[in-house]
Amino acid sequence: MHFYTYDGSFEGLLTVVFEAFERKAWPTSIEPEHLAQPSMFGEHIAVVTDEEKAGRVWQGLQKKLSINAQQALYHTYLWEQAGFEQTIFDYIKLVFSSTQSIEGHYTAPCVLQVQQAAKQVHREKHRMEAFVRFQKTADGLYYATISPDFNVLPLIVRHFEKRYADQRWVIYDTNRRYGAYYDLSQVALVNLEVPPHQRSMPLAPEARDAQEDSYQQLWQVYFSSVNIPERKNPKLHLRHMPKRYWKYLSEKQPRALR
Amino acid sequence: MESRLIEKLSILADAAKYDVSCSSSGGKRKNENKGLGNAEGMGICHSYTEDGRCVSLLKILLTNHCIYDCAYCVTRKSNDVKRAAFTVQEVVDLTINFYRRNYIEGLFLSSGIFKNVDYTMERLVRVAKKLRQEHKFNGYIHLKTIPGASEELIKEAGLYADRLSVNIELPSEMSLQQLAPEKSYKEVLEPMGSIRQQLAQASEEKKLFKSAPSFAPAGQSTQLIVGASAENDHQILQLSSQLYKDYSLKRVYYSGYVPISSDSRMPIMAEPPIIRENRIYQADWLMRFYGFEAKEIVDEQHPNLDLDIDPKLGWALRHRHVFPVEVNTADYELILRVPGIGIKSAQKIVSARRFAQLNFEHLRQMGVVLKRAKYFITCQTKSLQRQDFESELIRRKILFGEGSVRSALLKQQLDLFKQVG
Repeated sequence: MHFYTYDGSFEGLLTVVFEAFERKAWPTSIEPEHLAQPSMFGEHIAVVTDEEKAGRVWQGLQKKLSINAQQALYHTYLWEQAGFEQTIFDYIKLVFSSTQSIEGHYTAPCVLQVQQAAKQVHREKHRMEAFVRFQKTADGLYYATISPDFNVLPLIVRHFEKRYADQRWVIYDTNRRYGAYYDLSQVALVNLEVPPHQRSMPLAPEARDAQEDSYQQLWQVYFSSVNIPERKNPKLHLRHMPKRYWKYLSEKQPRALR
Repeated sequence: MESRLIEKLSILADAAKYDVSCSSSGGKRKNENKGLGNAEGMGICHSYTEDGRCVSLLKILLTNHCIYDCAYCVTRKSNDVKRAAFTVQEVVDLTINFYRRNYIEGLFLSSGIFKNVDYTMERLVRVAKKLRQEHKFNGYIHLKTIPGASEELIKEAGLYADRLSVNIELPSEMSLQQLAPEKSYKEVLEPMGSIRQQLAQASEEKKLFKSAPSFAPAGQSTQLIVGASAENDHQILQLSSQLYKDYSLKRVYYSGYVPISSDSRMPIMAEPPIIRENRIYQADWLMRFYGFEAKEIVDEQHPNLDLDIDPKLGWALRHRHVFPVEVNTADYELILRVPGIGIKSAQKIVSARRFAQLNFEHLRQMGVVLKRAKYFITCQTKSLQRQDFESELIRRKILFGEGSVRSALLKQQLDLFKQVG
């Protein structure tokens, strides 16, 4: 029995794959260091992330997988659900042990699992692109917080960079405690220490741009006016916009008194 | 200024909401000038109304003053409603500020007709032009083309807009004459034809010169109202099928008539025909993505869609001789016709069967709805059904569950009691 631990990074996980192949010691479990439970039996292998080894595994995959499949594998890493390391390992092992492409081999559990994880991550990415709401601050920064089910911040950055090329913005993941900041020339991933009481909307009144409240109110008015009461359909409404996303949405916040 | 702007927005958004088109996909406008916005790739719904419709664009009328008197329309001249009008600058400011906060993908601008058709159209074009040229706005713009607008204006609109649409409004010329006396099919089809021609020309020029100006890169669409006039589903689907073919439309939208009008020319109804509208959309999808012809879905013998079951199941029940389909060998086109198998799962089936023979468990994992599909497929010649059922029985089993026929009848009767009570 071989219990692997790694530092939680994608490169770290690829290094685990490298080590396991080198030793021909297939993992019983793969876990991040800080989560691993010590075990009395079997061999414990603490893998140190090695960029070169990780790079060799990735290059091997690039030769055998389409861009889409490479992306799906990375998305499975961002998926972060229990057992994702083992799924990724099984998938890579299947890739290297097959002479032909394994893409579309949905009767193999790891292939179907990667496809489904990637789909869930992609969906969450799309939802974040839709449901992020920026608030303009007094110094002209557009600020938004998110707490997505999966770690999709790295995936949505490009979308916002292309779209808001002429405004400074920050998107901060309050669960994972890091954010992306665009300064009109490039995006940097940053660890801001935001005190807990400031992590969710709304920004303090003095920190907001003078027109911010009016535009939030106009948006609420717009949202109410486009509704057709004769067609009310709460079930459909909730299916498209589950309640856990409402915290982001200014149109779903209580109406200010007018 | 503020409370006045709020009032205008609520009037002019309310008046625009019966136009159901809200798509923001299919654009190709990239942010190459370090400006604001990007409209390439797929559309995004930023919110959903409580009736479950997507909110993707700021959809408003420039004004709801109108010289026409179309019976089905809230904005008609004879209707006693509050009137308002935006200035060009107000629309521009709202669009930009909503867009910067990630509320919307862009603007959908329509208008009541004031003074005359060209005067109105010219104003709409001016908004789009200002957004593109003065504000370097690359978000999505959908402009409504007013029937009867001049060709030059339509041409100019196409330079700034991503999508243009002319509403055909009613499914037959006769109904249009009765309910919208100032409009005619000719006035609607002419700009539609002209847009189609411009689109074709622009795509030819693009092949020769990459820098050729693009014309409404997301194409054109139209809308028609369902349930405001007497046409059956056969006539409606015939018409949309023709519009897709003859005018290369991207979309035909169907708007179930919401009984808002007290105009004596309109039918009296309690609520909008939501289920019928939904079935028509399903039929529209079958034509565009599943390889069905309009005449396969409805014909003279069955002129209306079955409200209880979707049109794909309806077709399958009328064509039992085509089934069962063996999923391990059948053509993709045929697998696509099985109820309970959508495009995604059909693609997965075709891809996975290259590696291994599929069984029912595989299908379930791939997302096939076996509850419906099992009556129409075999896996490695095995079937989940021990016997062949009559179409009528399958229909009942799918509608009311596996339970015995008696429980189904009971449920039907209980429903009847509920309706009476």
